[in-house]
Amino acid sequence: MLILCGIIMKILMFGWEFPPYISGGLGIVCYELTKALVNKGHEITLVLPAIKGKVDPNLHVTLVSGSQMTIDALPEPVRSEIKKEVMRQLEIKRIDSPLRPYITQKEYSELPIKIADLESEYLTKTQDLHRSFELVFSGDYGPDLISEVTRYSILASIFAKIPHDVIHIHDWLTVMAGIKAKQISGRPLVYHVHSLEFDRSGENMNREIYNIEKLGMELADKIIPVSYYTKELIIKYYGIHPDKIEAVHNAVKKEEVAPSCESSVSELKRDKIVLFLGRITFQKGPDYFVEAAAKVLQKRKNVRFVMAGSGDMAPRMIERVAQLKIGRYFHFTGFLRGSDVEKIYAQSDVYVMPSVSEPFGISPLEAMRYNVPVIISNQSGVAEILKHALTVDFWDIDDIANKIIALLDHNALRNEMVTRASEELKNFQWDKAAEKVADIYNEITKHND
Amino acid sequence: MRSQNTMINLCFYFQVHQPKRLRKYTVFDIGKSHFYEDDEVNRSIMQKVANKCYLPANNVMLQLIKQYEGRFKISYSITGMAIEQFKRFSPETLDSFKRLADTGCVEFINETYNHSLCFLFSKDEFVNQLRLHKEMVQKEFGQTPCTFRNTELIYNNDVASAAEDLGYSVILAEGADKILGWRSPNFVYQPQSCQKIRLLLRNYKLSDDIAFRFSNREWNEFPLTTEKYASWIHSHAGSGEVINFFMDYETFGEHQWADTGIFEFLNALPASLLNHPDFCFTTPSEIRDKLSPVAKLDVPEFISWADIERDLTAWKGNSMQDDALETLYSLRETVYKKGDPNLLAAWRFLQTSDYFYYMCTKWFADGDVHKYFNPYKTPYEAYINFQNVLADFILTLEQ
Repeated sequence: MLILCGIIMKILMFGWEFPPYISGGLGIVCYELTKALVNKGHEITLVLPAIKGKVDPNLHVTLVSGSQMTIDALPEPVRSEIKKEVMRQLEIKRIDSPLRPYITQKEYSELPIKIADLESEYLTKTQDLHRSFELVFSGDYGPDLISEVTRYSILASIFAKIPHDVIHIHDWLTVMAGIKAKQISGRPLVYHVHSLEFDRSGENMNREIYNIEKLGMELADKIIPVSYYTKELIIKYYGIHPDKIEAVHNAVKKEEVAPSCESSVSELKRDKIVLFLGRITFQKGPDYFVEAAAKVLQKRKNVRFVMAGSGDMAPRMIERVAQLKIGRYFHFTGFLRGSDVEKIYAQSDVYVMPSVSEPFGISPLEAMRYNVPVIISNQSGVAEILKHALTVDFWDIDDIANKIIALLDHNALRNEMVTRASEELKNFQWDKAAEKVADIYNEITKHND
Repeated sequence: MRSQNTMINLCFYFQVHQPKRLRKYTVFDIGKSHFYEDDEVNRSIMQKVANKCYLPANNVMLQLIKQYEGRFKISYSITGMAIEQFKRFSPETLDSFKRLADTGCVEFINETYNHSLCFLFSKDEFVNQLRLHKEMVQKEFGQTPCTFRNTELIYNNDVASAAEDLGYSVILAEGADKILGWRSPNFVYQPQSCQKIRLLLRNYKLSDDIAFRFSNREWNEFPLTTEKYASWIHSHAGSGEVINFFMDYETFGEHQWADTGIFEFLNALPASLLNHPDFCFTTPSEIRDKLSPVAKLDVPEFISWADIERDLTAWKGNSMQDDALETLYSLRETVYKKGDPNLLAAWRFLQTSDYFYYMCTKWFADGDVHKYFNPYKTPYEAYINFQNVLADFILTLEQ
């Protein structure tokens, strides 16, 4: 359905993942937001990095650190919709690049494909591209992530010639591309912040990435963080004036989920299941989940802990579980895909998101769609909008354990939370988020004209 | 001199209550610590409220009573939970209430000792808590109460009958639209099932003008002066016999801060009200001798003075509240049989209605008021903490 309201905008958008190639929450967010904007009549050209050709079929898993989701992980109605749907006003352009959202420098250097491999392919392309390319390649840079981001930006700048009213970028990988496009077209720039280097790495921030983020924030006409939590971090750590920042919370898909429980009765199900699902990285706080599990197991034995996902902290977590001698109650599933994700949500009794720093955190909303009560970190954006969730400080393992046990023990608590939460989920609509984003476009283009 | 019949009686009654806040009690405390109260928080809240409200408000009341030489009268209901905490954390507050009692112009009303919902769960316990509270009023204030108000003005025909059976001559309730219909709250009624007891109904509009709206700048009557307020009351001359102003005492200085001018308002109010010769101050028990019921009032369903609904849904009805309440009251026989005064006292203080109020999830309409009074971030946390405490209490009971 096309709902026209306000001024129609032509948006030049730079992203880095989009269904069906998604590894985290951002692909879904980008998909839902663009869909809602297009429904309001706006026109979007979405520029994405994409791997073509020589890529190993198994690359997707090894490439993406602790990746959570693929297209197959999405519930069926959405999955087919994505496959079938051609959005009339959304044009997707792909640029050859191995950029991936959660890639680290180390992983990048271990990639089976390198810029050098792609080079010959690029050089055969348009004259325009060829010229830009030479610019980049004339510099003395190694095959590192930052250079890849720069190269992407120069390739992307070609698209700046497409007519547009506003430029919309998502996270640091696209910052240079957005800046470049703004230099060329002079149109206002919106920087949508889904996560910060501070979230991903805490105090051990990569300076170069931080600098790119800060530059993007300084040059952007408006910054849209996904929460007030992230807004505060931007003010505090990046020194940006609050007036330039307007938080827009993510929303949740409307589609109903029919948990397929009958087919999924596994061995585990004799006990209650407490779930962690996410990348096993510093940012997600997996270590606090393990410590809380040990605390719970001091008091209750009829419970299993499941850690679903992969990531650089996985080996340490496995060791810690062994050291605590709770291995018989603690299960690592590795990276889950497709119906396994649905199954694990549907079988779980408690979902825990102990993130150290979570700009939004869409996975608790997913768990809630499967009628799983959730415990979420206070250090998250989603805690700002969820009323019917239990909140904890990620470091307070006693409190996490206390709340897990309460949910295991008391049906009255579970029932009340689950009933209220399913009502609450209906409030978080992408339409409303897109409306706020469109208002921001209007505001900054007015100033610009 | 005017005949008593043309006079309109102004009946001011103030509720005084402070729950004992529970300390943060996790599953790891169960079986290890049997101390449930947060002394630090309770001390600081009691001292804060004493300084902001109880002491200054009592001071104003005492001055007014002296100044008007018997023409200014008020009444209080003070819960056992509040009195116990006065003794521990603010003895000067209790002394100042005693001085008010000594004037002879203050009536003390009877209620459940623990500000509990026991009427809904156990008639034995209801009788016991009323007796405990009556004994406390006798001991502290030297009065034997003959007026009864149930916790949070929870009321129906059965509450009235129970009160009549226990010998009370006046009972208080909310003047809710749904029980009054076209009738006015400004008369004395008789509960449907009763012969003797008088029913006094809160005039919620005039009460809430002070309690809720006084400092609200959005209100089109802001600012509320004593002259304006008195003129609204005086407009009732000739229609009505008693106007009941029931409110939390914490209105003065705690809900409406001193800088809103609430104490000046209070101080000037008796003069403005007595300016009209047809108005006088009364206490509930005096009504018994002054006025007769104009009609019977049938209230089969429970009402209260809480929220828009004026029903019980602030304290019971959601699954957490019901689970916690049912578990707690299922212990009655065991607790009685054990006869241990410490266990009995602990079981009773856990009955304080506030703990169930904190578990209320109907935030949508009444969220603001609930949040203001709720020390927990969510009703779920309130429930978890209470259930942990209760689990320890049950363990102790079973030993």
